[in-house]
Amino acid sequence: MSVRRINALVLRHYYLIKGSIPRILEMAYWPTVQMVIWGFVTQFFIGHSSWLANAAGVLIGAVLLWDLLFRSQIGFSMCFLEEMWSRNLGHLFVSPLRPQEFIISMMVVSCLRGFFGLLPSWILAFVFFEFSIFSYGLGIVAFFSCLMVMGWALGMMVIALVLRFGLGAESLAWVAIFAFAPISAVYYPVETLPSWLQVVAWCTPSAYVFEGMRSVLIDNIFRYDLLIGAIGVNVVYLFAGVVIFSWSFLGARKAGQLLQTGE
Amino acid sequence: MHKFAIEVSSLIKNFGRTKAVDNISFNVELGSITALLGGNGAGKTTIISMLMGLLVPTSGSIRILGNDIAKNRYSILPQVNFSSPYVDLPNRLTVEENLNVYANLYSIENVKNQICLLSETLNIKNLLKRKTGQLSAGQKTRVALAKALINDPQLLFLDEPTASLDPDTADWVRGYLKDYALDKGATILLASHHMGEVERLSDSVFMLQAGKIVDEGAPKTLIKKYGRSNMEEVFLDVARGRRSNV
Repeated sequence: MSVRRINALVLRHYYLIKGSIPRILEMAYWPTVQMVIWGFVTQFFIGHSSWLANAAGVLIGAVLLWDLLFRSQIGFSMCFLEEMWSRNLGHLFVSPLRPQEFIISMMVVSCLRGFFGLLPSWILAFVFFEFSIFSYGLGIVAFFSCLMVMGWALGMMVIALVLRFGLGAESLAWVAIFAFAPISAVYYPVETLPSWLQVVAWCTPSAYVFEGMRSVLIDNIFRYDLLIGAIGVNVVYLFAGVVIFSWSFLGARKAGQLLQTGE
Repeated sequence: MHKFAIEVSSLIKNFGRTKAVDNISFNVELGSITALLGGNGAGKTTIISMLMGLLVPTSGSIRILGNDIAKNRYSILPQVNFSSPYVDLPNRLTVEENLNVYANLYSIENVKNQICLLSETLNIKNLLKRKTGQLSAGQKTRVALAKALINDPQLLFLDEPTASLDPDTADWVRGYLKDYALDKGATILLASHHMGEVERLSDSVFMLQAGKIVDEGAPKTLIKKYGRSNMEEVFLDVARGRRSNV
């Protein structure tokens, strides 16, 4: 494992983003717009709901955390898509770069994209709606990490599909995560779901994180059991992501798809 | 000490029912320049892809610089590089940024010096700050060559190395590649449709058709064998199924 090779790929994406104003704006655009919308929704409902009045940060916090999950997955997938769009995979994999170094570099870039993309929305949430991401306490770092890891695991599965089916499957990178939105209990407790769907929800790390978030904001309790649950399910997701990506990568090498990127 | 840079034995590659490479065996001597010649679909790119480890063979063995590529791929790759018009460098990065990234991927010691040296040698110094996607086809070819030489490879795979270059620049590049191979003791395997290039550069040629090696030898030997005056005529003979006079 070479830190220098990992840094080389991170540098590649830094060069790409710094040279592109649309890419810089895109990172922050949607999280900021989302936060503003839900911030005003919160303000409206505060006047109409005592539950929301007691936990004013619940909706904004949910939006910010959901965006973190989304940004983590899309940031990971975008790194790979950029290589496919630029038909660069052949160059990369004839170099000494190992697949695991490639994966780690995508995780690093996804982290950085997520942080810089969400930072404006966190700042605006504090300035306009008096909501601080640190109202969760330092435990937020653990929840953030769980969401990032889930995003990476899903990102690996998505790029495995893109490797297998070509750029025709590109749209999956943008929409796949939304299949998890209803069962992640982002804006409502898990118990709102039908009982059979609650079982499915508890198979996603995100449900544990969002329940944990609500527990901190509403009950002022940090639920370690939910954190452990999120970590446990994440281990399974990460393992599945690595296996699926490895299988797809080997398949791509057998089919010659590393040189035949595109639809 | 291994004698051959490339040793291929009973190599087969099937894509479904299509036999892209049909049980070929050949060796490429260390320090030589060897050409793969064949029409479209003959298997040249498929063979080069397998030699670089980008494509897994259906069966057969490949040894590169004395190492089995299936088992020791990552000990081989630092000594290998390639260029092809079918694989691009990221278009939105500048030439210098691209070379910087690849220099770091190959863990080059003095990155700035190496980029400076290559940019002077390949006459791309004035292109360093330009986005790769904005270059002409000929300029992109020179930049791709710079990337292929960034790690001073012992084994260089070149697919159409002078594609899109004007005759003057193409001639210069051929001379440079010949000098590079001589100075560094490097081995070059190239695929080309430019017969003059093959005649000028290559020590030996493998003629391919439908995934098989149908003939091999030094260009002069093949020209004499087919009773022709140049490699283009030999190529046409092979492509049209006419075998040698011998």
